[in-house]
Amino acid sequence: MTRTMRLALFGVSVAGFAALLVWGVADLPPFGHYPGPYGDVIVKLSVPQRHMANAVTAVVFDYRGFDTMGEELLLFAAAASVALLLRERREHEVEDIVEPVRSDAISAVGVLAAIVTLVVGLDVVAHGFITPGGGFQGGVILAASVIFLFLCVDYRRYAKVGASTHTEPIEAFGAGGYVALGIAALATGLGFLQNFAELGVPGRLSSGGSAILVNWCSALAVSGGFLVIFGEYLQENMAERHGRRKLG
Amino acid sequence: MIPLQSVALLFVAAGGLAVVLARDIVRQAILFSIYGFALVVLFLVFQAPDVALSALVVSGIAYPLVLVAAIARVREQQRRERK
Repeated sequence: MTRTMRLALFGVSVAGFAALLVWGVADLPPFGHYPGPYGDVIVKLSVPQRHMANAVTAVVFDYRGFDTMGEELLLFAAAASVALLLRERREHEVEDIVEPVRSDAISAVGVLAAIVTLVVGLDVVAHGFITPGGGFQGGVILAASVIFLFLCVDYRRYAKVGASTHTEPIEAFGAGGYVALGIAALATGLGFLQNFAELGVPGRLSSGGSAILVNWCSALAVSGGFLVIFGEYLQENMAERHGRRKLG
Repeated sequence: MIPLQSVALLFVAAGGLAVVLARDIVRQAILFSIYGFALVVLFLVFQAPDVALSALVVSGIAYPLVLVAAIARVREQQRRERK
C-alpha cells in the first residue's frame, strides 16, 4: 500500500469518525445538566435504604453487584489465560534466583513502603462504603505492596510471598466467594446477591450488610488476579535472563 | 464549566496526543504515566473521586508494571538475537 493510499484511507476514516462523534455529542444534554432519574434516586436512597454513605460503591457492590461479578470473572478469565499462555512449569527453575537490590537504603525504604502500601490498601478496601475506594482500587494497592518486595528487596523474597501457590488460591477464593455470596442470598429466599445481613449504622465500618463481604471478595480477587498476571510476566523474564541460561 | 475543568480537559487531550505520537516505547511509557495523572486530575475536578482512585491505581500501578515487564522481555530477546 502506498503512502498516498494510506493517507487517503486515514482521511476518510477520520472524517467518518469525526462526523459520528459530532453527531453523538450534539444530542447530549448541556454540560452539567444530568437528565436521568437513576443517579438522583440512588443518591437519595443509598443511605436510608442500604446504610451506605458512598453511593458509588453502593451501586457497584450492592444495587448492581451482578454486573460487578461479570467484571470480577473477566479479570479471573484474563489471569487464567495469561497463566495458560505463558506458564511452562518453570516456577521451581527461577524461584532461587538471587537478584538483590544492592542498596541498603532502598531495601529499607522498600520494606517500609510495602508495609505502608499494605495498610493503605486495607484501609481503602475497608472504607469502601464510607469514602471513595473499595475492593477494586484497594485490591490493586494490596498487590502493589507485594510488588514492592521485588522492586526494592530481591526477587527471591518476592517469589516467596507472591508465588502462584499463594496468589491463585487468593484469586480463586475471591472470585468464588463473590458467586457464593450471590447463591447464599438465593438460599435465604432473596434475589441473587441481594443484601441479606444486618445493615449497620451509616458511616461506620460495619455499615453495608453482606455487601461488605462482597467488597472483600472483590479485593481478594483483584489483588490475586493482578499478582498472577504480573508473576507470570516476571517469571518469563527471570527464566529468560537466568533460568534457561543455566539449563542450556 | 469552571476554568480548572477546562485546563484538566486540555491536559488530557495533549497527553493523549503525546502518547500516540511518541515512537520510542520507553518514552511512551513515561508519557503514559503523565497522561494517566492528567486523567486522575480530570476525574477529581469533575467530582468523581471513586473513578479518580480507579484511574490512579490502573495508570499508576497495574498498567506500568505489565508494560515494563513486557519491555524488559523484548529487550532481553533483542539482546540475545544480537549475540
